[in-house]
Amino acid sequence: MTFKSVFDTYNWDDVKRSIYNKTSQDVERALLKQQCDIEDFKALISPAAIPYLEQMAQRSHQITLARFGKTIQLYIPLYLSNECKNICTYCGFSLDNKIPRKTLKPQEILLEVEAIKNMGYEHVLLVTGESSHDVGVDYLQNTIKLIIPQFSNIAAEVQPLDTHEYETLILAGLDTVLIYQETYHKEDYKKHHPKGKKSNFYYRLDTPDRLGQAAIHKIGLGVLIGLEDWRTDSFFTALHLSYLEKKYWKTKYSLSFPRLRPHKGLLQPKVEMNDRELIQLICAYRLFNHQVELSLSTRESENFRNHAIKLGITSMSAASKTNPGGYVVEPQSLEQFEVSDERSVHDIVSVIKQQGYEPVWKDWQKFDQLYYADLL
Amino acid sequence: MLVIANKVFSSRLFTGTGKFSSPNLMQESLLASGTELVTVALKRLDLHKDDDILPYLKHTQFNLLPNTSGVRNAAEAVFAAQMAREALGTNWVKLEIHPEAKYLLPDPIETLKAAEELVRLGFIVLPYIHADPVLCKRLEEVGVAAVMPLGSPIGSNKGLKTIDFLEIIISQSNVPVIVDAGIGAPSDAAKAMELGADAVLINTAIAVSNNPINMAVAFKKSVEAGRMAYESKLAMPVEHAVASSPLTSFLDGHFDLTN
Repeated sequence: MTFKSVFDTYNWDDVKRSIYNKTSQDVERALLKQQCDIEDFKALISPAAIPYLEQMAQRSHQITLARFGKTIQLYIPLYLSNECKNICTYCGFSLDNKIPRKTLKPQEILLEVEAIKNMGYEHVLLVTGESSHDVGVDYLQNTIKLIIPQFSNIAAEVQPLDTHEYETLILAGLDTVLIYQETYHKEDYKKHHPKGKKSNFYYRLDTPDRLGQAAIHKIGLGVLIGLEDWRTDSFFTALHLSYLEKKYWKTKYSLSFPRLRPHKGLLQPKVEMNDRELIQLICAYRLFNHQVELSLSTRESENFRNHAIKLGITSMSAASKTNPGGYVVEPQSLEQFEVSDERSVHDIVSVIKQQGYEPVWKDWQKFDQLYYADLL
Repeated sequence: MLVIANKVFSSRLFTGTGKFSSPNLMQESLLASGTELVTVALKRLDLHKDDDILPYLKHTQFNLLPNTSGVRNAAEAVFAAQMAREALGTNWVKLEIHPEAKYLLPDPIETLKAAEELVRLGFIVLPYIHADPVLCKRLEEVGVAAVMPLGSPIGSNKGLKTIDFLEIIISQSNVPVIVDAGIGAPSDAAKAMELGADAVLINTAIAVSNNPINMAVAFKKSVEAGRMAYESKLAMPVEHAVASSPLTSFLDGHFDLTN
């Protein structure tokens, strides 16, 4: 059994209606509970909860403090390639977007790694498009082996793979995989992914199951906000999270909530989510799940990120480049999306400290002897 | 005086080092708490960076207790303890194996396995465990230096939810009992000490308070008060009024109903 069998018992329109029918009484009941269930979560993300935003923020702050303390984990993406065989209507790397394609070679990767290390990073996120010829399992495996001495934690946001392929990469030293469903709206998903392996909705939907079976340390979930009704999509994200936590109980989880940003000649958001609503979603996730990591990227503005630190966020990227070679090798290549917060690491660290938080560079270590062959 | 593995502690308040808003504040709080044993997660340490927390813990008041947080089985825990011994020059280890990712609850089976192996390798082992009296005895048998049962889930600030089992553990244990995890208020710490716990370990309640230094002092005082009360023999609460016509007084020849 996988998440598919749970997912298929739900109907998008019914869920949406149920969320929009929540009342202020439902919200107040949710706010009184120590532990919210998925119905409470619906109330907290509903329009009825908007007047309760300050109360939600206070609770979210308190719950996050107890679990994570006054700390913000820092990570940075390392884009390896913009090769992609998929058409995704919202993505700069889409196959039908005529851009120069680039895949970093080992020497180039090491140059990028050096730049990242000089900024202080210990947690890195490897990003590629989907092109099994250029950036298949072998490429990823070799890259992980190449950089493993340099980082405490290696995450990847790449094409979905089979269980045995994940096992290969985990053995090489991969700790975390981010796999965003983009949208749980099956029909809209098809519209946004007309061509390529990514057009298979259910293969993507069951990717976290394959990761769980491969015993990955951490899985990141999320949707691309702007493709469909964000409330309904976030409900399914929460449902997916609850299912996974119960089944793969040794795995940790993180959530992201990237908002679709305008990009070179591509899709404009169908649904706009304003700042107030994004804060509502962050707080609702926290009240629903006290332990899940909540991550905020440089897609968001300086002002928003400054204030989100205290509201439930636990990890942030800073000084990110979203193009392969963006740090030193080829700074001018096309970005996947436009970074909104362009401040330096130094500036972000100062902001975190000003808020009374400690920036954490390293909170992970591999304890399997396998990775320390040189020590033995 | 509390003695663990031949080491004498005058403070019965042990502390953690996570969740503080800055290393400076961590150091000041720990100094104020009077703690002599501070646990530090190996996974958090970066031995190559100067602004890491380790320099802030180099103080004559502090003994380091490296912990194995982040490991998921006995083999990883043993390896982590060896890395810690190498890096920090101590054979003390707080054995934490919590493969469960949500509430960080300890795995009793892997913990017992790892404890046995670490003792064999010459470590002073302090295992973090559920408040399970039988597990405590099993750990004692393999040679741990103390046991560290939890009061409630780590970071929860819920206090002594496991109190009935803590009482059994304390009454049966031949090694020091350190109540770890979940203690949210100085009154919880005092209660644990009144029960006869040998020490408590506090992290979240100090680190995330609005004034960690003052909170550290509050815990210091409560631990001292609780211990003093325990040593002075607390009066037992009296549940019922003392019967004015005792049921057994006939044995002394009073109220002979046959006369």
